[in-house]
Amino acid sequence: MQLNTEDLEREFQAKIDSGRSIEPKDWMPEKYRKTHIRQISQHAHSEIVGMLPEGNWITRAPSLKRKVTLLAKVQDEGGHGLYLYSAAETLGITRDELYEQLHSGKAKYSSIFNYPAVTWADMGAVGWLVDGAAIMNQVMLTRTSFGPYARAMVRICKEESFHQRQGFEIMLTLCQGTEVQKRMAQDALNRWWWPSLMMFGPKDEESTHTEQAMKWRIKLKTNDELRQQFVDQTIPQIKILGLEVPDKDLKWNESRGSYDFGAINWEEFWNVVAGNGPCNKERLEARKSAFENGAWVRDAAMAYAEKKEALKEAV
Amino acid sequence: MKKEWPVWEVFIRSKAGLDHRHAGSIHATDARMAIENARDVYTRRQEGVSIWVVPSKEIVASDPDQSGELFEPAVDKIYRHPTFYDLPDELKHM
Repeated sequence: MQLNTEDLEREFQAKIDSGRSIEPKDWMPEKYRKTHIRQISQHAHSEIVGMLPEGNWITRAPSLKRKVTLLAKVQDEGGHGLYLYSAAETLGITRDELYEQLHSGKAKYSSIFNYPAVTWADMGAVGWLVDGAAIMNQVMLTRTSFGPYARAMVRICKEESFHQRQGFEIMLTLCQGTEVQKRMAQDALNRWWWPSLMMFGPKDEESTHTEQAMKWRIKLKTNDELRQQFVDQTIPQIKILGLEVPDKDLKWNESRGSYDFGAINWEEFWNVVAGNGPCNKERLEARKSAFENGAWVRDAAMAYAEKKEALKEAV
Repeated sequence: MKKEWPVWEVFIRSKAGLDHRHAGSIHATDARMAIENARDVYTRRQEGVSIWVVPSKEIVASDPDQSGELFEPAVDKIYRHPTFYDLPDELKHM
């Protein structure tokens, strides 16, 4: 029996409503497919662009322990990018097309990576806050409706916890160190706090995709819910470090059982999204030049494999 | 780039005694590179003791649109399950 699009869409929604997953070869609305390609690839791009600010510190890590840790973390991010690219490719887009969208600016990546990592304390703040915020979003996404995306998230969440813990440990070590080291930690917190809150995206009333995303179980919590959860979880951690929250409006709200926090500078957020952050150009240039300068290696490896294959067939 | 590297599906055996299980996919020019890339991407924390890689284009999959018909023969055969048989409660170890 041939079903029309309306029936198929109804069946699809019923499947999602009953908690079942959607797999790549299942029928899906074109918009569901496109939304996923956009979201999963944006997530993948964030992982590989996220390697750049930290990669910058590998050769300057203060000890061998910190160096191997940072190296492992950056390798994980490369791996996470690859899990996600492979999930996106199940939707019928090629890896080269995905890269092309990143390089042309058609696809976005998380704006947080357009901020510079200027001191060693930034490696602590990034692991603790940026990875912490990412984990909050990613834990939610382990229950998202698209199977390959959810499975990639499970894998990523297992590995991500080490990233946050090592970041916090860097901060803790600095906070227990000299006055100068503690100031360095406070400075990093001051610079990364607000951009970390922005990572959850625009306010709910301004988030155009939220309603459809919730209906399709792409998202299970709104941007504001996740942001509040992050603030409530992180404030006690800041206290353990003995640092100050860079928000004069922050206060505990007894009736909500949550912290009220100050207004986010959305103008800054949209400005960085639009490409005018401190490092947008640098990050994109680094990705493009890695891709272009590596082309001859990829071509040579392919040519070698094809030649070997041809020889094998000739025998 | 002239040509994108082929895609391979990766299956990992997490420890001896268990099945290989699908982990995801990777790109590689040949089988050896596929195994090495799969190791780097999917077993950074000793998640595996054995890896299978298969060119994705060689996988033959059933059609989800036909899954109703395909799996229909098993639908009404509840007598294949042990719970189908009504036995007294005092009967043990069966």
